[in-house]
Amino acid sequence: MNNEVTVRDESKRFIKFIIQEMKPRGKWLTPFNIISIPIILLGLVILYFRFVYGLGSVTNLSQEFPWGFWIGFDVVTGVAFAGGAYVITFVVYIMRVDKYHSIVRVTVLNGLLAYMFYAGALVLDLGRPWHIINPIIGNSFGLSSVLFLVAWHFLIYMTAEFVEFSPVIAEWLNWKKTEKFVKSLTLGAVILGISLSTLHQSGLGALFLMAKPKIHPLWYSEFIPILFFVSSIYAGLSMIIFEGTISHRVFKDLIDPKSHHSFDDIMLGLGKGAAITMFVYYFFKALIFIHGQHWTLITDGWGLWYLTEVIGFVLIPGFMYAFGVRNRSLSIIRIAAILSLIGIMLNRLNTSIIAYNWNAVVHYIPSWQEFVVTLMVIFAEIWVFRWIVTRMPVFKSSH
Amino acid sequence: MDRRDFLKTTAAVGATALTGKKLFAKEPLKPEEFVGVLVDTTRCIGCRECEMACGEAHDLLVPDVQNDNALEQVRTTSDEQWMVINRFETDKGDVFVKKQCMHCMQPACAAACPTEAMKKTKEGPVIWRGDKCMGCRFCMVSCPFDIPKFEYDEWNPKIEKCTLCFDRLQDGERPACVEACPTDALIFGTRTKLIEDARKRIYNNPDDYVHHIYGEHEAGGTGYLYLSAVPFEQIGFRTDLGTTPYPEYTKEFLYSVPLVLFGLPALLFGFSHLTDKETDDSE
Ligand code: SF4
Ligand code: SF4
Repeated sequence: MNNEVTVRDESKRFIKFIIQEMKPRGKWLTPFNIISIPIILLGLVILYFRFVYGLGSVTNLSQEFPWGFWIGFDVVTGVAFAGGAYVITFVVYIMRVDKYHSIVRVTVLNGLLAYMFYAGALVLDLGRPWHIINPIIGNSFGLSSVLFLVAWHFLIYMTAEFVEFSPVIAEWLNWKKTEKFVKSLTLGAVILGISLSTLHQSGLGALFLMAKPKIHPLWYSEFIPILFFVSSIYAGLSMIIFEGTISHRVFKDLIDPKSHHSFDDIMLGLGKGAAITMFVYYFFKALIFIHGQHWTLITDGWGLWYLTEVIGFVLIPGFMYAFGVRNRSLSIIRIAAILSLIGIMLNRLNTSIIAYNWNAVVHYIPSWQEFVVTLMVIFAEIWVFRWIVTRMPVFKSSH
Repeated sequence: MDRRDFLKTTAAVGATALTGKKLFAKEPLKPEEFVGVLVDTTRCIGCRECEMACGEAHDLLVPDVQNDNALEQVRTTSDEQWMVINRFETDKGDVFVKKQCMHCMQPACAAACPTEAMKKTKEGPVIWRGDKCMGCRFCMVSCPFDIPKFEYDEWNPKIEKCTLCFDRLQDGERPACVEACPTDALIFGTRTKLIEDARKRIYNNPDDYVHHIYGEHEAGGTGYLYLSAVPFEQIGFRTDLGTTPYPEYTKEFLYSVPLVLFGLPALLFGFSHLTDKETDDSE
């Protein structure tokens, strides 16, 4: 009897706590809200049309361009940007470099949300989304399909990320025992997460291997999976720098004062990692270029576009990172991060959309509705992110 | 028609009906016995009877071939038409070419499909199954011949492409287009036999054909095979697709998956153990 009463009390307190936490906090009329709310609402209207009248009613997709901005940007680029989580967990839990401990939580949270929203955007693009259950419950396993593999990895990876993040939730709810338990799972989840990331980051590239006759030869290579994997490392690192810079300003008061002074050090370390991987990536690119004897291809507009991507947005930011680290200049590192992110975006969009069916008579250009829905996905993610970091101990070190 | 001719025709019709049945006998056919169609473009007169028959057989668009002037431009298949006839002007005059799914021996579309909705049947036709498809359109991205088409204006869209009349075949009939062709430009049979037949035609009339059977090796070999009097690139064929079956391009990646999935965690675990010791020592 007594037990039951305490359980009931507990659950009452729990519900009250959750309701309390659900309430919005802070000012409503911030610039971010003023921009994001109408866009999210408009996005929902567009999605209504999309599900009632078909994909053609809001997108510019066509028979020649079956995959557009939602796949090319939201999924393919978004997942590369979310690569930071597996890189940082590798450094902290496997290499045990303590310096980065303070950013593990926020990076994992970013990764988890990015997968939920950006990889989740895949569902918006499916013509018959209710059949997504087929490859999941296993009544039709397309085992030879790269997409099957990638989708499954997304799902398992999200679970692993959730496990990695769950100590924060337990701490927020003040569930001491659970916290201890889920903490003991972290290393396992981290190892699983890194292995899965290696595979699905490269798997996103492998999606395009069979599109060989359609992708411009400057962007097609049998090594796309490796290129996608290596570039996801610096994409993730650059994203942490970019997001970290913004969070550091916006959520100043939430950040552990202890971690403040090491912030610069962390950024410099990340910049160094990014510089190294970018040079490795550039080296691969150059090897493929020389080996494939692509000299004759760079004389036209496509060649120029290719050089813009590889030199302007890989080699140059690579040098900027190196320079910034050497001179301990955070502002140069920040610019390098932005350039690198643009480079990743260009590369992913080139592979999936721009240089795809490059000689088509009518080329695909996304419709405004496709942009709005993408913005909606991004804003929705930021909303959830903001809600979580203002309530849970995300910016605290995980020690 | 005199009696002998009549008998001959009856015998021919009977024989095709019989072979049609035999091709779909109970025992599974061996891969080399995949069925297919041989298209002899030198015989096609561009009447588009096949186009109409296809539309009727599958409840798709039945074109008004007298008045629609469709031959004026080169068309491709669509979500309303599984096959089209195109006209190409060449130095040997107008050439008419049928375009539809090639029914690849190792189809990229089926390898790409995460739900096995696209499927290479053991008889040879590549079919699409609506109860499985989730509409990801990866088949469209992967098909080297750009064949699967998607209904963008439906809330419940289908992938549309030629099935080689799989249903008709199971009833012992020939594909609707083959049945409709008045000039025998289309011949249905096992692929092995069709290749033999095609070779024979080239051998017997070496001046009438380019010495190549399109589809024998292209993209690893296809169920549809073509003969032509002019080089294939002049009549709308891609000749740069290579002879590697398209699923091969992803094989290496797929093979490496279990390797990474089992090897890497062990490695990482060992590694984390090592670094752990080090920190323990230093502390
Ligand atoms: S032609 Fe395209 S759709 Fe047809 S079997 Fe080959 S890959 Fe599949
Ligand atoms: S659209 Fe349908 S048939 Fe095509 S790959 Fe996706 S699930 Fe398979």
